[in-house]
Amino acid sequence: MVLQPSERHHRDWSHRRLGPWCSPTGSPAPLSCETGCGEGSWILVCRLLVPTQVSLLSMEEDIDTRKINNSFLRDHSYATEADIISTVEFNHTGELLATGDKGGRVVIFQREQESKNQVHRRGEYNVYSTFQSHEPEFDYLKSLEIEEKINKIRWLPQQNAAYFLLSTNDKTVKLWKVSERDKRPEGYNLKDEEGRLRDPATITTLRVPVLRPMDLMVEATPRRVFANAHTYHINSISVNSDYETYMSADDLRINLWNFEITNQSFNIVDIKPANMEELTEVITAAEFHPHHCNSFVYSSSKGTIRLCDMRASALCDRHSKFFEEPEDPSNRSFFSEIISSISDVKFSHSGRYIMTRDYLTVKVWDLNMENRPIETYQVHDYLRSKLCSLYENDCIFDKFECVWNGSDSVIMTGSYNNFFRMFDRNTKRDVTLEASRENSKPRAILKPRKVCVGGKRRKDEISVDSLDFSKKILHTAWHPSENIIAVAATNNLYIFQDKVN
Amino acid sequence: MMLSKGLKRKREEEQEKETLAADAWWLDPSLPAAAQAPPAAASSSLFDLSVLKLHHSLRQGEPDLRHLVLVVNTLRRIQASMAPEPTLPPVPSPPAAPCVADSLLASSDAALSASMASLLEDLSHIEGLSQAPQPLVDEGPPGRPTGGSPASLGALDLLGPATGCLLDDELEGLFEDIDTSMYDSELWAPVSEGLKPGPEDGPGKEEALELDEAELDYLLDVLVGTQALERPPGPGR
Repeated sequence: MVLQPSERHHRDWSHRRLGPWCSPTGSPAPLSCETGCGEGSWILVCRLLVPTQVSLLSMEEDIDTRKINNSFLRDHSYATEADIISTVEFNHTGELLATGDKGGRVVIFQREQESKNQVHRRGEYNVYSTFQSHEPEFDYLKSLEIEEKINKIRWLPQQNAAYFLLSTNDKTVKLWKVSERDKRPEGYNLKDEEGRLRDPATITTLRVPVLRPMDLMVEATPRRVFANAHTYHINSISVNSDYETYMSADDLRINLWNFEITNQSFNIVDIKPANMEELTEVITAAEFHPHHCNSFVYSSSKGTIRLCDMRASALCDRHSKFFEEPEDPSNRSFFSEIISSISDVKFSHSGRYIMTRDYLTVKVWDLNMENRPIETYQVHDYLRSKLCSLYENDCIFDKFECVWNGSDSVIMTGSYNNFFRMFDRNTKRDVTLEASRENSKPRAILKPRKVCVGGKRRKDEISVDSLDFSKKILHTAWHPSENIIAVAATNNLYIFQDKVN
Repeated sequence: MMLSKGLKRKREEEQEKETLAADAWWLDPSLPAAAQAPPAAASSSLFDLSVLKLHHSLRQGEPDLRHLVLVVNTLRRIQASMAPEPTLPPVPSPPAAPCVADSLLASSDAALSASMASLLEDLSHIEGLSQAPQPLVDEGPPGRPTGGSPASLGALDLLGPATGCLLDDELEGLFEDIDTSMYDSELWAPVSEGLKPGPEDGPGKEEALELDEAELDYLLDVLVGTQALERPPGPGR
């Protein structure tokens, strides 16, 4: 699906400069150096194609997961709609990377151990565990099918040898335990060779079993199922900094859960009007403050963010702070509200800022200033004149996510044509990169991309009308401490790292 | 109002949305956008497109609430820009739709009219129902009025003729065992002659009436094809 060229005239774009913080889109300026990093150019580490059920079975024998990844590299035939990645998340150390897909599956990748001999393989991730988290369900009361698509995955901080994560579809949140087993008890003498219990009369001694090593097995078990608390579609989950509670947010309500208790939750936000016909606004995302376990934010379809304090009252319908930028009258259109709808909200690691993503921009807000953001970055402002067509084909409703890097100095978000953008908050530079199969040679350096907005198109530029709107990067993740990023493009997961000299 | 060179836009048919021009092509960059009203033709096409989106959204078993709310709010904006009178009542319905609905309902059996209204109520009731026994997902204060007057609907009022769409698909399936033989299609025949002009605002009227005939046909098809439904027994009533 490519946007039809609908403009026969060339507009003067000089009045539509990018915000003051950005250099012209796609300039090859490198991002600022992070500790331990080099230039700031990005290279492809690996492209992982999440294998479908069919292909997993046929590859049973193959224990070398890297071979599985490479063998699927050019194979399109296995890709189905169920494989479309719907969420990506690193765990707190960055050792694990989880993806959820439309088919309700979770695939966890583990970072390859660094070895002195193979330093160049730093940053490679291999399949660690795969499990079916959610199945399609049928709600008999409403005669509706509940999609098994995984909307969000959130990791719990590691407290023992096992890993825990929360995964959610539209209605049900599940807590999964992922653990390794590399020993097996052997030597029971209570059963015979066929596994039948022996007659106790024949047993004269009791042999204590001995733990013997076995091939590493990673198993995922559902430990908790938090169901039946959401009438509307869950869009966010967030683990609290107390590690005892978490919240789940749907279009109209936010619930607070204790990890140990599955049969009840506290409703902490409810914006459902008494009369549904008066509904004009929905909740679009929510997140707990990274350090203050009483604070959280939620964003709305009207472009507002509310900070709430759970100590103030049981039902946090009144916000502590209300963040909204006044509408720019020169940019007003019928679509103003739709493009102001916030699709993602993320606290910075420091907890001092929040970042929001709406259709055309990424904004950084200081928690102490409610009346406007402190920074605004244009993601793809060239789409502003195409809003009508994008409304027609529903692309205007796409929900892009945004992420901070570990030090809160760079922010990243996706766009169309498999482009994704990074903005350096310190140097005010930005770059547009592409996650594409054409650049799939491992260690290939990503070339910055540029969109031509009018006038003469240079050789390497792509014109707005040639952008492929079916190729959208909605989900990305940034390693918590290193410059390694994961970018989901349909059913492909790209892992890039910065080039180290 | 200045048009960009070479762009003349003809009045489109509702179905030909693929020929929509780029958004805001009418804007003269040298003047503030807020001061320039789009021509009626552009607003009307967007209006039709939005109504179609609304229909489509409501036909889903479980509509995406965010999508629905955004489309409805956009429709309200377009509606507001099409109507020059600031005293327009806040009910953002397509001009003749409530009168079509009203006349249909006026000529129908009282029970049917109540059932249509209650079906629209059902949309929110059904959304509010949950398998959970917890009071958390309760539908708000008990004693909610049932069978309200259709003319006072908010977002759902925008459906206009599309209220018919609530009668088919999933909801209809629930009532298959109900005997509806006493309601036959002849009931609707007089309606096509009885179209009254709405209490409406000037310039939108002609386009609105043109809009009506296609919408009216659609509505009649749906209603005639579906059969009238009795008021279903619901929980808590």
